[in-house]
Amino acid sequence: MHTASPHWTAVCSLADILPGTGVCALVEDRHIAIFRLAGDQLYAIDNIDPRSGASVLSRGLVGNLGEQLVVASPLYKNHFDLRTGACLETPEHSVRSYPVRLNGDSVMVAPG
Amino acid sequence: MKILLIGHGMVGHKFLEELAQLRQPGTEVTVLCEEPRAAYDRVHLSEFFAGKSADDLSLVAPGFFENSGFALRLNTRAAALDRRARTVTTASGEVLPYDKLVIATGSVPFVPPVPGNDRADCFVYRTIEDLEAMTEAGARSRSGVVVGGGLLGLECAKALRDLGLETHVVEFAPRLMAVQVDDDGGRILRGKIEELGVRVHTSRNTLEITDGARARHRMVFADGSHLEADMIVFSAGIRPQDILARQNALAVGARGGIAVDDQCRSSDPDIYAIGECAAWRDQLFGLVAPGYDMARVAARHITGQTDTAFGGADMSTKLKLMGVDVASIGDAQGRTPDSRSFRYMDECKRIYKKIVVSADGKQLLGAVLVGNADEYGTLLQLALNRIALPADPEFLILPASDGKAKPGLGVDALPDSAQICSCNNVSKGDICAAVADGATTTGALKACIKAGATCGGCVPLVTQVMKAEMARLGMAVNNHLCEHFPYSRQELFHLIKVGNIKSFGELIARHGKGLGCDICKPTAASIFASCWNEFVLKQELASLQDSNDYFLGNIQKDGSYSVVPRMPGGEVTPDGLIAVGQVAKKYGLYTKVTGGARVDMFGARLEQLPAIWEELIAAGFESGHAYGKSLRTVKSCVGSTWCRYGVGDSVGLAVELENRYKGLRAPHKIKFGVSGCTRECAEAQGKDVGVIATEKGWNLYVCGNGGMKPRHAELLASDLDKDTLVRLIDRFLMFYVRTADRLQRTSTWRDNLEGGLDYLKEVVVQDSLGLAAELEAQMAHVVATYQCEWKTAVTSPEVRKRFRTFVNDGRPDTRIVFVEERGQIRPARAEEREAASAGAAPEMAV
Ligand SMILES: Cc1cc2nc3c(=O)[nH]c(=O)nc-3n(C[C@H](O)[C@H](O)[C@H](O)COP(=O)(O)OP(=O)(O)OC[C@H]3O[C@@H](n4cnc5c(N)ncnc54)[C@H](O)[C@@H]3O)c2cc1C
Ligand code: HEM
Ligand code: SF4
Ligand code: SF4
Ligand code: FES
Repeated sequence: MHTASPHWTAVCSLADILPGTGVCALVEDRHIAIFRLAGDQLYAIDNIDPRSGASVLSRGLVGNLGEQLVVASPLYKNHFDLRTGACLETPEHSVRSYPVRLNGDSVMVAPG
Repeated sequence: MKILLIGHGMVGHKFLEELAQLRQPGTEVTVLCEEPRAAYDRVHLSEFFAGKSADDLSLVAPGFFENSGFALRLNTRAAALDRRARTVTTASGEVLPYDKLVIATGSVPFVPPVPGNDRADCFVYRTIEDLEAMTEAGARSRSGVVVGGGLLGLECAKALRDLGLETHVVEFAPRLMAVQVDDDGGRILRGKIEELGVRVHTSRNTLEITDGARARHRMVFADGSHLEADMIVFSAGIRPQDILARQNALAVGARGGIAVDDQCRSSDPDIYAIGECAAWRDQLFGLVAPGYDMARVAARHITGQTDTAFGGADMSTKLKLMGVDVASIGDAQGRTPDSRSFRYMDECKRIYKKIVVSADGKQLLGAVLVGNADEYGTLLQLALNRIALPADPEFLILPASDGKAKPGLGVDALPDSAQICSCNNVSKGDICAAVADGATTTGALKACIKAGATCGGCVPLVTQVMKAEMARLGMAVNNHLCEHFPYSRQELFHLIKVGNIKSFGELIARHGKGLGCDICKPTAASIFASCWNEFVLKQELASLQDSNDYFLGNIQKDGSYSVVPRMPGGEVTPDGLIAVGQVAKKYGLYTKVTGGARVDMFGARLEQLPAIWEELIAAGFESGHAYGKSLRTVKSCVGSTWCRYGVGDSVGLAVELENRYKGLRAPHKIKFGVSGCTRECAEAQGKDVGVIATEKGWNLYVCGNGGMKPRHAELLASDLDKDTLVRLIDRFLMFYVRTADRLQRTSTWRDNLEGGLDYLKEVVVQDSLGLAAELEAQMAHVVATYQCEWKTAVTSPEVRKRFRTFVNDGRPDTRIVFVEERGQIRPARAEEREAASAGAAPEMAV
């Protein structure tokens, strides 16, 4: 597939992600959690939960707390901002976020 | 000024707190504390048995002594006093001077002077050390006797029973709690206590204690009878610790205690006495609230503020003794000349209520409540504030019946000065001020003004005042599930059921806002399952499920999952065991037999789960729902089929019950137990639903729990035939499923259920709400629509596809690393994992 930027990697089709859930993609050795919210909005953050070291954040429940879109870690239920990766309860456990977009039916992330 | 305090108990410490707050410069304070630890909460001493530590009970705020500069000397007993030289000599011979001396030495337990009272394994009940010694002895004992059937004695009996001992209470008087209740009340109380398995012996005068034949001790009574037990606890009253006063010719009260005036000064103006060791107008106060009052008065007087005086105290009390409410207010015995009383007695439910009113019927003088003390707060306020009684005061204690509303005392009727929390001298006005400052939970009120923080007896009234004030200020009393739904779980259940709502989208559009969160989504999913019982991984439902439900397995700390096939009643065939063993071996899983009497397999990776389950299903297994807030296991003993004591087929019933309720989604997990006879090998009384076989059928127990806060299940109905048993369990479970809060186990649900066990019996057994048919029908629907979720999942390609670690790559999760331990796998620790992945990474990247 040819994309505008060489950094973008196609990982799956939109239909591979059930609305309101996440999946994990392996991109250049990184575990990246990609979430699909209402209106097919996509968000991507690290999949590894810094508190446990387990690769699980894509398996958390998504939703909103006030203005923030969040995922709750399935292990200890701490919340991560989907836009920035910031951990709401313990900022030292924050993760990074990644650019993600839809190209036709293809979900693309930029691991850079 | 040198202030010396003898005794660092509850009252002594209150004195120090008051003194620290007054911040008098130039005072030097030294505290002599005989005990090996600083002041702790003696009122809640019994909670030591429930797992509270000495630290939990401590009354000393962190940094208190550092900040105040007061010197605390532990393990230091004041042995002698020299009033002329103004010095105190410690037991080790050190001489300490004072300008003002404060004595707060409390009481010593009274041990009846009978021969043998000093034998080994005879105890008193006053300090943490006493309880430690009792715990140690309890572990070696089978039976215990409490001498004394007063407040403390009954509390102590509960402790012995909780230690698992056969428990007796021996009382000299003809009834229990002779001081606080009258004959009829004492009789009802006795019935209640005996119902709980404690044997009560009244009118027993102990002559001596000797060696027992079947137990360590034998108590011989004046009437010729005797009683044997392995340990004895004396709780026959307390005597003020006034020895320093007696040795130094300070005046003492008629019944002992250091005589003090309204400023808490003894006959020597430089010596104060406060708390249980003090006698004011010949009265002794064995409660903490008057002691706290004295501490306040003494602290102010010593620092030169002469405006306060101690004015006696109200000795009304309310307690929960072994789960039985008992309360006594004012002139409980009706000793006031010309007073009259109203009584209400229900010998079935074992409830007794009496009020004593003045001759003109206008004022409440006293009250006794046994078995149910809901009216305590109202009655106490009526008595203390001398509020004029309604025309028919009997309605104050009669159970509410249709049409006749109780003449409840709206908290609005109370003056702002009404004292709501006597332990901490908090008035209605104080609570209202705190609410206005933002304290809108009982926790916050405890923290900021200590309302309800000591004995807890006032908490219901504190809550009422708080809520009324919040309503008056237009604040919402909030029990909302989360920010997305302005409803409690029970309300949401109702909305879903009545509105026939089957998807989260519809629910949030009609009744909520926003996108939802990890609180409301699983709650809604659970309610949908209880109501409609559709496949939990159906498209619209899947995204609501917590990770455990989404992948039908419990997520472990490393992101792997457990696999738990159902083994109803703990029964499994040899072939079944072999199949489980083969699967575990093939996939390299760790296996363990759980306390729920089945085999757990751990260490399965996401992408392995469908294949593992396919093989288990082929071998005849089903999902064990170990991942769901749903029925876990029905634990059973082998029962009458094999056991020589059994009177009922506990395994057969357990298998039947487990198959009936498997898959039922609930606010929290549910566990059952079935025992084949009263020996109770299956520990059914520690379960949400416990069944024990009797000669005549089955006894049904409900709302038990092990774990963090153990709770014994309570008998709901006895000697049931199987059909009735199942019908009652249907109703009970559905009633719980409908009305409990999110993540509320049956035990906490029951503790918060207004009306308690009696109410539960009315609803479930007597069908007082007329709900039974509906509850049974709803359960019948859930039972009829059961499906093994794993079977549906592995046979649906769309669902099966979700079980993969990476959406774009077939490789396994590199973060899941195992090492070997005791011949099986275990998750690698962080260091081990980093070492492994450092080595593995280059390979993986190929
Ligand atoms: C199990 C239990 C349950 C209770 N429940 C309630 C309740 O529900 N409600 C209620 O109001 N009250 C209750 N009480 C009573 C309450 O605990 C007492 O009223 C309160 O502790 C009295 O405080 P105090 O400081 O006067 O005495 P204490 O707390 O007994 O303190 C006196 C301290 O002085 C020390 N001392 C004595 N002599 C010397 C000396 N010569 N030198 C140095 N130190 C000395 C003692 O070792 C002790 O530490 C209960 C008591 C017990 C034991
Ligand atoms: C906060 C309280 C508790 C938590 C968080 C908790 C957590 C868990 C978890 C996660 C499992 C599943 C293990 C797995 O399959 O992956 C489990 C299983 C189990 N727990 Fe608990 N538990 C709690 C309280 C209790 C209590 C109170 C008891 C007993 C009285 C108990 C007894 C068991 C048993 C017997 C099992 C194995 C059940 C089976 O075979 O499915 N747990 N618990
Ligand atoms: S509870 Fe009774 S029937 Fe069951 S194993 Fe124990 S002794 Fe036997
Ligand atoms: S007791 Fe604690 S460590 Fe053990 S299974 Fe339960 S939650 Fe886990
Ligand atoms: S009356 Fe004891 S805590 Fe309030």
